Amino acid sequence: MKAFRRLRRNFEHGVHPAHHKQQTENLPIQRVPFGKDYLMPLGQHIGVPAQVVVTSGEKVRRGQLIAKPGGFVSTGLHSPVSGTVSEIGDFRGVDGRFAPAIRIEADPFATQQVDAGAALDWESMSLDEFIEAVQMAGIVGMGGAAFPAHVKLSVPEGVKIRHLLINGAECEPYLTTDHRLMLERPEALLEGAEIMRRKLGAEDTVIGVEMNKPDAIEILGQHIKPGDPVRIVPLKVKYPQGAEKMMIKSVFDKEVPAGQLPRDVEVNVNNVGTIVAVADYFLRGMPLIERVVTVAGPGVTYPANLIVPLGTPVRDVVKFCGGLKPGSREIILGGPMMGRPIASLDVPILKGCSGVLVFTAEQTARRKEYPCISCGRCLEACPYFLNPSRLARLSKSRMFDEMKSYHVFDCVECGCCTFACPSNIPIVQLIRTAKDDLSHRKEPEA
Amino acid sequence: MKKRDPDLLLFHAPLLRQGMTTPKAMRDVLYALLPATIASLWFFGISAALVLGSCIAGAVLAEWAFADRANRGESLRDASGILTGLLLGLTLPPGLPLWMAFLGGVIAISLGKVIWGGLGHNLFNPALLGRAFLLATFPIAMTTWVPTTGNGGFFDINASNLALPFMQASVDGMSSATPLGMMKFEHEVTPLMDLVFGNTGGSLGETSGLLLLLGGLYLFLRRDLDWRIPVSILLTVVVFSAVLTLFDATRFPTPHFSIFSGGLLLGAIYMATDPVTSPVTPKGAWVFGIGVGVLVMLIRVFGGLPEGVMYAILLMNAATPLIDRYTQPRVFGRGDAAK
Repeated sequence: MKAFRRLRRNFEHGVHPAHHKQQTENLPIQRVPFGKDYLMPLGQHIGVPAQVVVTSGEKVRRGQLIAKPGGFVSTGLHSPVSGTVSEIGDFRGVDGRFAPAIRIEADPFATQQVDAGAALDWESMSLDEFIEAVQMAGIVGMGGAAFPAHVKLSVPEGVKIRHLLINGAECEPYLTTDHRLMLERPEALLEGAEIMRRKLGAEDTVIGVEMNKPDAIEILGQHIKPGDPVRIVPLKVKYPQGAEKMMIKSVFDKEVPAGQLPRDVEVNVNNVGTIVAVADYFLRGMPLIERVVTVAGPGVTYPANLIVPLGTPVRDVVKFCGGLKPGSREIILGGPMMGRPIASLDVPILKGCSGVLVFTAEQTARRKEYPCISCGRCLEACPYFLNPSRLARLSKSRMFDEMKSYHVFDCVECGCCTFACPSNIPIVQLIRTAKDDLSHRKEPEA
Repeated sequence: MKKRDPDLLLFHAPLLRQGMTTPKAMRDVLYALLPATIASLWFFGISAALVLGSCIAGAVLAEWAFADRANRGESLRDASGILTGLLLGLTLPPGLPLWMAFLGGVIAISLGKVIWGGLGHNLFNPALLGRAFLLATFPIAMTTWVPTTGNGGFFDINASNLALPFMQASVDGMSSATPLGMMKFEHEVTPLMDLVFGNTGGSLGETSGLLLLLGGLYLFLRRDLDWRIPVSILLTVVVFSAVLTLFDATRFPTPHFSIFSGGLLLGAIYMATDPVTSPVTPKGAWVFGIGVGVLVMLIRVFGGLPEGVMYAILLMNAATPLIDRYTQPRVFGRGDAAK
């Protein structure tokens, strides 16, 4: 029976959106030419913003540290180009709020060579030194959440990591960055994985890949030498297969208890992009100053997979791809299920941005909302087994406190409920409203 | 000259949708009921069409009349009014005076749905509430059954259909008994094949079990139906009556008779599964279905009425909020269920 369950290799519930990856999955990654202006917000990751270490007017080289970590849950920031710091101040960010950022004007005559170049001697580093190095390199989770990678590495006393799980599911429709990375840089991925595995002291590395990327599974398989403690686990195509707790359930058949982390079931999960960034830093001395971005969607003239320097305005990226088609209505950074809409083409590409998706009238049509008929489709979709229909009703009545007893904070906002709702109720949006209200509440003074 | 950027929208993710909408789901139920509706025309002639038409007319008119002035007509688009009218009509005897059928449709929508706050807010199944109202108000007309082969041709209208409002419908000599009535009061068993194909007396929609099952299969394949509810109802009824027949095979109905007689299939597949009035949780669906099954058998076998599907479903409708509350699914990564 147990063997049978392991054969199924899946988490329960979830949804099956059309994956729309045909647009870009066969396009090799190409590099975007350097532009003129770069904007590096200090808070590109979850946690404390970084602290500026350069001054306005200072010349910076590509890959030079421009902001140091502002605390433990914070990472360094490096200049994506050689040029001059033109301004340090508040700029409009992706979410529309003003936030501190460093503006860098690229030097049009620079070679844009990264001069660090030297590999780090990671093998002789102690774990603490390694963690600090990852933090200074500015490496964060590249799947979208941008959670600082070094925080995951620092496990408390007595917790043992047995498996390093590499997330190559890429379950969001349209996105193909991890897919292309696995195809084009399998050596870097496996090298980075080995560094991480050795430093964590894990027994083996498991790479979870959704079965709609058979070429990636094959190429990775060819690069694994016999005897390497690495195995590839093909996963069912289902959203949200790439949510880390869902993937742990699929691969190891373990449930991460609510409110706890993957390390509590002896697993460390990292995205493919993150692992490649680790390899790039420790073997080639290149900090996190650029990332792979999928530009796709019905409104893009020439869809592409691009290496984009961080801080590049979306405008430049879109322009490189032939501009917006007429009728483009909305631009999403990230995937269509969990990404964020942007209001202006001037916002920069950040560390956690895996895609620039341009949508047209069809996806953004106003859908008429009908009353909830409690059909239960959202319950069957929710991978966390919450009751989204109830949560949405409570949120509409602004009964946010009652939502806590329905475990609203266990919601990861994957959007399966909204996807499945036949009444077009913005369920996950209502849940976000409630979570936002609850977490920004000031406790009354006693 | 600088080209202007397009005005960008800020709809929040997810931008993709499954593609199923509530009106589509309602229409699916209408399609699923189509074979059984045509069968009722086949068995009862034009009277069936008149009764069904009156119910739908009453339901739609009430839907229109009681809607907000601002979005009058809007609520008609989701097809739920037509569905309620059709479901009500299928539970009525073919010889019912048309004005009663019309009134039933009006009551079903007004007292069954609108007064609760409209679609999605009602506690009881509107169609069954309309039927309960009619049964309480016009008990004789509601229990006068016309035999299927009836009065000859397709276009012959039952005289009782045309009775004028508030003049008591006269019971003519053409009445027959339903299989359940014969079982209960005369211990006479209708042949199974007649039950399966629907060649029996009874309400418009409770005759052909096979076509009702077919529609249910369609709904299941379209995933418009919580399969747990009909399955648990039918299983409960089968087990219950099997146990009873073990005691006394002559006095109690056999399992297959229980399944195919009366409105059980119509109720189990189309009424009990009304998403609004049935539990939303998977565990709750089982509780609900078992509850309906047990109540149906208790009323049929030990109660004073030959048929109990309507009351069984209405009673369990009332229990639905409570069932939902205590059958919340176990949240991923938690030992306890949400309360």
